[in-house]
Amino acid sequence: MIPASVIEDAAYEITRQAAIVIPRDYSDGIRAMLETEKNELSKFVLKAMVENWEAAEADRRAMCADTGLPRFYVKAGNEAKVEGGFIALEKSLRRALARATNDVPLRPNRVHPLTRADNNNNIGIRAPEVEYSFEPDADWVDITTVHKGGLFGTDYRMLFPADGIDGIKKFFLDVLVQFGRRGLACQPAIIGIGLGGSKDTAMTIGKQAACLRVVGDRNPEPKIAALEMELKTLGNAIGMGPMGFVGSSMVVDCHIEVAHTHTGGMPMSVHAFCLSSRRAVARLHGDGTIEYRADPGWFTPYHRRESVE
Amino acid sequence: MKEIRLKMPVTPEDLAKLEAGTIVYLDGPLYTGREGLYQRILGEGLAPPVDLASVSNVNFHCSPAAAVRPDGSYHVGAVTATASFRFSKWMQRWFDVSGCKMIIGKGGMSEEDYRERFVPNGAVYLTTVGYGTGALLGRGIKRVRDVYWLKELGIAQAMWVFEVENFGPFLVDGDLKGNSLFESENRKVNETLADVYRGLKEPSLRRYGETTSRKDEVI
Repeated sequence: MIPASVIEDAAYEITRQAAIVIPRDYSDGIRAMLETEKNELSKFVLKAMVENWEAAEADRRAMCADTGLPRFYVKAGNEAKVEGGFIALEKSLRRALARATNDVPLRPNRVHPLTRADNNNNIGIRAPEVEYSFEPDADWVDITTVHKGGLFGTDYRMLFPADGIDGIKKFFLDVLVQFGRRGLACQPAIIGIGLGGSKDTAMTIGKQAACLRVVGDRNPEPKIAALEMELKTLGNAIGMGPMGFVGSSMVVDCHIEVAHTHTGGMPMSVHAFCLSSRRAVARLHGDGTIEYRADPGWFTPYHRRESVE
Repeated sequence: MKEIRLKMPVTPEDLAKLEAGTIVYLDGPLYTGREGLYQRILGEGLAPPVDLASVSNVNFHCSPAAAVRPDGSYHVGAVTATASFRFSKWMQRWFDVSGCKMIIGKGGMSEEDYRERFVPNGAVYLTTVGYGTGALLGRGIKRVRDVYWLKELGIAQAMWVFEVENFGPFLVDGDLKGNSLFESENRKVNETLADVYRGLKEPSLRRYGETTSRKDEVI
């Protein structure tokens, strides 16, 4: 049985961790780009970002004051038991986020969309979002938090089968070029692409591809993995770097997730997880212990299953 | 790259030294202001909560990750700019009301904005770097001097007055000659943009839109 208090402690800790400490896979990716970037302005920007992460860690302050729209991804083992059930888990997540918003502090970004009223704690109607998935033969619960900005860098388009790989490449380039100018997408970014499903599925899995897979991870399907690498290379060949300056540092990595889709269509989404790619993970075990790690491990073979079973 | 450290309020002589691409660090007082503040003063016609020019002549389009402590003091962690292009329509009236000579934000405005609104008012535009170097900027804030309209606008939109030291880095986007760093970089990127699209066929379903040229910006 996982105690409710452990859930709140873990959610509080990963919220703080995500806001302050840049994930290692992402910062290593940017440091590698610093080696290959030739443009002076683009290099200056990348160096400033590295210094910023160091300042955030040393001072224990948020790396970016736009602490995004904090949200949670919960993966529950089929045998996991949570004290008070999942209602208690959701209450713990909301309490943890409200406390961390005040203590870190995070910026209270969440407002009512029409009245613009701010509860000053990042809690509100459908806020934070909590998404669930399940895993067989496990008694743990994984909680991942993601703090992602929300204004630029994402787009959706309905493509058709005849548009093929050309259509995918062109829309990918369009999103990077339109939001890359002036650096609105806060690139270099992890670019997540959702292909297929229904429109909402395409948006959801594209965002998860950006936020829940680490730099260097490849989709297990060889054709998709090859397309990931091809798009990464294409994005870095645009000639645009951080802040839209001339450069070659646009895409730290590209992750594609697919879902079976309507026979007549090929919906596609593109998401950019930015220079402050904030995510942190905790695994809560049945005995009440907590393990912290960087890789959400969201896309398990079970999560990507294809057969009837 | 040229680097300059300036005291606020800024003087015309200081601003004349800045050119598009100069790195800038700042000392002294400045205040935050974005859509909430602009809407109340310029949209609803309310008097500013304080004589703005007496506070500073530097306005930062940002809001802090901050909290109010139980004793009423403020805990400011990081500060990060918000995209400034949305405030372009307000700038002429804002200069009239505020007397600002330096606007700081994210991503700049258009060269046209600089030439028609900034230059005639003797004002420059600085962009944050990255974006955003929230922790470095947070480090530069030495004191919260005042917060106005906190209750009315919330933490993210309130007008915060900060005393800062070695606050930066920023890059000059719009200088007193009306040059824009972003637009000059855009022009260079555009020279080779067609190459990366070469050979890709158009999608079967088109979209309505305001631009069909990839050399345009969408802002």
